[in-house]
Amino acid sequence: MKTGTLKQILLITDGCSNQGEDPIAVSALAKEQGITVNVIGVMEQDVIDDQGLREIENIALSGGGVSQVVYSQQLSQTVQMVTRKAMTQTLQGLVNKELQQILGGSQTVEDLPPEKRGEVMEVVDELGEKVELEVLILVDTSASMKHKLPTVKEALLDLSLSLNARSGDNHFSVYVFPGKKNDVEKLLDWTPRLESLTSVFSKLTTGGITPTGPALREALSSFKKKRSLRSLLSRDDEQYFEESV
Amino acid sequence: MMMNNTLKNLSNITPGTIVEGKWHKNRYVIVKELGYGANGIVYLAQHLNQYVALKLSHNGMSITSEVNVLKSFAKVQGSTLGPSLVDVDDWMRPSGKVSFYTMEYIKGPDFLTFIQQKGSVWIEVLVLQLLSDLHLLHINGWIFGDLKPENLIVTGPPSKIRCIDVGGTTIQGRAIKEFTEFYDRGYWGLGSRKADPTYDLFAVAMIIINTSYPKRFQKNSGGLNQLQMMIRQKPELHKFEQVIISALQGKYQTANEMREALINTDKTHTRPSAPKTSNTKSQQQHSKPVMQQQTRQAQTRAAQSRQTIVKKKKKRYALETMLIVTTLSFLYFLYIYGQL
Ligand SMILES: Nc1ncnc2c1ncn2[C@@H]1O[C@H](COP(=O)(O)OP(=O)(O)OP(=O)(O)O)[C@@H](O)[C@H]1O
Ligand SMILES: [Mg+2]
Repeated sequence: MKTGTLKQILLITDGCSNQGEDPIAVSALAKEQGITVNVIGVMEQDVIDDQGLREIENIALSGGGVSQVVYSQQLSQTVQMVTRKAMTQTLQGLVNKELQQILGGSQTVEDLPPEKRGEVMEVVDELGEKVELEVLILVDTSASMKHKLPTVKEALLDLSLSLNARSGDNHFSVYVFPGKKNDVEKLLDWTPRLESLTSVFSKLTTGGITPTGPALREALSSFKKKRSLRSLLSRDDEQYFEESV
Repeated sequence: MMMNNTLKNLSNITPGTIVEGKWHKNRYVIVKELGYGANGIVYLAQHLNQYVALKLSHNGMSITSEVNVLKSFAKVQGSTLGPSLVDVDDWMRPSGKVSFYTMEYIKGPDFLTFIQQKGSVWIEVLVLQLLSDLHLLHINGWIFGDLKPENLIVTGPPSKIRCIDVGGTTIQGRAIKEFTEFYDRGYWGLGSRKADPTYDLFAVAMIIINTSYPKRFQKNSGGLNQLQMMIRQKPELHKFEQVIISALQGKYQTANEMREALINTDKTHTRPSAPKTSNTKSQQQHSKPVMQQQTRQAQTRAAQSRQTIVKKKKKRYALETMLIVTTLSFLYFLYIYGQL
């Protein structure tokens, strides 16, 4: 089964966007381009901001991804869980398409009797272990995030640990918003290791507006740049797997 | 973690509610809630005058994946790895479909509650039991993954530890599916998240530490230093110190090895005049290679049985791959030819 590379954006924020285009629309656009958008809302204990919550859920919903609200202490585990869940979801989507071609109609794994789902799940599990993964991490560094950034850094290093335990390749890239000059700033270009993040992260300054929409758009174009760079290097973008359903 | 919204709909199912499966038509009467976690919610339910535990989740994938693990456990002879599986099905509610499975109800307090009630003499017994089960699990090609006191229930009498929640159970060599920070060696900076026996043994060591720190503790400096300091602050942990540290460092290759070491600590501690380390060492040296060999054999056996399942599929792909390769070579040939 052909899966290509899985592309994900992981947005870490604590609330509402207040500048530029609608992040929900940009997220929908990402989905159309085959990029999943996941959102993690980092909350203070006892602070429940309904509008922020709704935005977080809707960005993930329209981006075909997973959202989760969490208190900052449990961030590491959540980042791992969300990324993994989104990966499985995407892979199952691909397997579903394959199934529909074989069985015809609009059958999905969930429509099969429970006994038959197991085998499909095994394939999904195996793909999850081997598939090549690109994760673009987009971190909100507006003023309210200031004291949460050390936890965010920890969580990202932790994510690198989880994903690098897989046998498939990983590529990470980190953007923050708002940037020093622009809406969004690249902190780390595509790399298989996130560890180099440690030094750049401590120099980060926080403050300013929250241009979530424009930041997402910039993230999208980063995937495009990567693709064209790759075709320039004539590396094949798609991977073939021996697995099938 | 906060209970997510979807779980909330599942958490207020009233006692007496009947859950009927769409496919197998079995009817389960809800008795009470047993607990919930990140993936779903578990109820005690009654079916034909038998108690079962019923796990519900909106995430069909996680149900399927756990059922896969339980089915594979069922093939291990004479074992009690995890609860035995009863049924898998979908429950059609007006608000939508909910996947569920039912399993053996494992009655009893969780590990820490049991220790608090019955005293710390039980730590050693239960950990020894746990290590035997883990050994069996490991030689069958699995790593438990999310090992923690909440996932260990003590049934009885006679008291016996049982693992529940196979959501983290991972095929050896893959990336651990699910874990809990305190018990995870990656969190403490003491190793990777690749599933191997030493991953589970690290968690066992943390569970022993946990008995002296029921509320757990946060990482500050992390690493072996912090953990060693925490052990040394508790006199009751001293007799386990050597074993805990070795497990934290990944020095035990198999659960049986850690089990033997734990048994030997007991000897040296309660009877100081008993044959000393030199003796036990030579014993260990003698028994170790045999043990490792056994495990290796068993491991390859497990791996082989997995392979046979995949083999059938593989054959077809081999054919496909060959076809693709031939076609590509042919095209390449044409291309080169055209260039000339
Ligand atoms: N077979 C069983 N017998 C008795 N109690 C059970 C059984 N299975 C689960 N429970 C109870 O339900 C609780 C939640 O179950 P479980 O751990 O499977 O859920 P989960 O969503 O996978 O949790 P986690 O967040 O740990 O992954 C357990 O802590 C336990 O108290
Ligand atoms: Mg659990």
